[in-house]
Amino acid sequence: MASLHRFTLFVAASTLLLITAGALVTSTDSGLAVPDWPNTYGYFMFSFPLSKMVGGILYEHGHRLLASTVGILMIGLAVWFSRVDDRRWVRYLAWVALGAVVLQGTLGGVTVLYFLPTPISVAHAGLAQLVFCLTVALALFTSQSWRTGTAAPNADRILARLTIGTVALVYAQVLVGATMRHSGAGLAIPDFPLAFGHLVPPEWSWPVAIHFGHRIGAVLVTLAVVATAGYMLVYHQHRLELRRLAWLLLGLVTIQFTLGALTVLSERQVGINTAHVATGAALLATAVLLALLVHRHRFTDVSLSNASVALPATPSVGVVR
Amino acid sequence: MDVRKSWLLASIMALVLTVACGGGSEAPAEPESAAPAATAVDEATAGNITGTVVLEGTPPEAETIRMNADPVCTQEAGDNTATEYYVVGEDGSLNNVFVYVKEGLGNRSFPAPSDPVVLDQNGCRYTPHVFGIQVGQTLTVSNGDPTLHNIHAMPANNTEFNTGQPIEGMTYDTSFENVEVMVPFKCDVHGWMNAYVGVLDHPYYGVSSNGGGFALNTLPPGDYTIEAWHEMLGTQTQNVTVGENETVEVSFTFTVS
Repeated sequence: MASLHRFTLFVAASTLLLITAGALVTSTDSGLAVPDWPNTYGYFMFSFPLSKMVGGILYEHGHRLLASTVGILMIGLAVWFSRVDDRRWVRYLAWVALGAVVLQGTLGGVTVLYFLPTPISVAHAGLAQLVFCLTVALALFTSQSWRTGTAAPNADRILARLTIGTVALVYAQVLVGATMRHSGAGLAIPDFPLAFGHLVPPEWSWPVAIHFGHRIGAVLVTLAVVATAGYMLVYHQHRLELRRLAWLLLGLVTIQFTLGALTVLSERQVGINTAHVATGAALLATAVLLALLVHRHRFTDVSLSNASVALPATPSVGVVR
Repeated sequence: MDVRKSWLLASIMALVLTVACGGGSEAPAEPESAAPAATAVDEATAGNITGTVVLEGTPPEAETIRMNADPVCTQEAGDNTATEYYVVGEDGSLNNVFVYVKEGLGNRSFPAPSDPVVLDQNGCRYTPHVFGIQVGQTLTVSNGDPTLHNIHAMPANNTEFNTGQPIEGMTYDTSFENVEVMVPFKCDVHGWMNAYVGVLDHPYYGVSSNGGGFALNTLPPGDYTIEAWHEMLGTQTQNVTVGENETVEVSFTFTVS
């Protein structure tokens, strides 16, 4: 199980790298640098000469190669889970992750063939984040601390709701951000922190609305993270694993907010713009990890049932073996 | 692993392989040539519109395009690395302005010429940068560079296309089915490459070139709206009356602050 855990961590890291490569494609406006799919300029994907990976092709074709690699890793992951893990729901989750990656690859191809329609591109971006969260969750489920059930049961309903709310808000913000990115509204409001010199844009259009919505979302996410982390640090400071994640969450949201501002002020400088997407993914995954740990008592798995941990009186609504 | 899971795994691997190994092909859209009957223009009475386009003010200096994303481009472009947003002569004449008859031709129809219009990719630049074409006329896009290009047209009123030319000397023929001023082109491999084509259902258009001059010849006598389009400065229109055998001088003045 330790090997599977390490491999799952590797797949999760690869998925984050893939998201970063995808962000690099959009940040450099290279999404259509390779006009065909699944081939590359008529070449079989893996036989495309390295010498021809120039300009936008470097980003787009590199993203495709990385995506194929992650797809193969996911196949290995699902098979490994099927053979090793004794929890049926975890095995299913691994196959769901693989299915999501296959769907993700298909969305990537379709969006190229149809010249990057915004809904498809946004779905591609949104599903990528879910795949990453799935791999992170699988890594958590294979960790020693999770399997031995060392996490203390938690019946704090306020914290439970705060963590779920934070995940929902961060993911909604990711989707709004993806819509802004793929509809070319990243600089629809060119100044920061004001909007055309005002607190609220004096004139509205679809790009301005989606851009301003993302800014409002950033404030809401920051407030949610501060509330969740603050609550945890005040009322659950004895739980080291939660405390660490709370601080990580606070750090990531600070970096993410700063990167968002710098993306506008730098007129979408490629490195900053790309880092903004990658940090968003890390923020979402951290929020998911936190929520899973807080809701740990809702999951019933083999090791926990064997461990001497008293479950709360509230009925388990989680997946069962 | 039971049989059902084996089938599931085999199906997923087959799908992945299909995605990775499948072939893609693109065929240029064949123009449907159901052209209406042409209207002959009486050359004995036809007139002309000639003129110049001038820029007032000082435009931003042309920037040097960094082509080092593709070493072939650096080599092929040589010194031709300046941006083409404002191509201005010493006398203030403005090039790359598309001038055309916007209104006034009534129900006249004009057949698409049989000669193709050629858009070349040379030194990782589009040549010409601004040009015109008639509906149904063949546009031949050629790759004169020993590197890959993709030709991505982004029309609002025609069919979008994006096709690759990985080999030097490749050509791609296409055409447009609807009037549209202007259709932008870009190369997503080399982000600095862009061009614009004005698609019209008549032959009365021109692009200001050296000296900012343009000419719309063999126009039937009548009242016309003439429009001038520039990629950074927008459009201007003028109403012009052309008499029999008359050559009318028209000038456009764009201003940059």
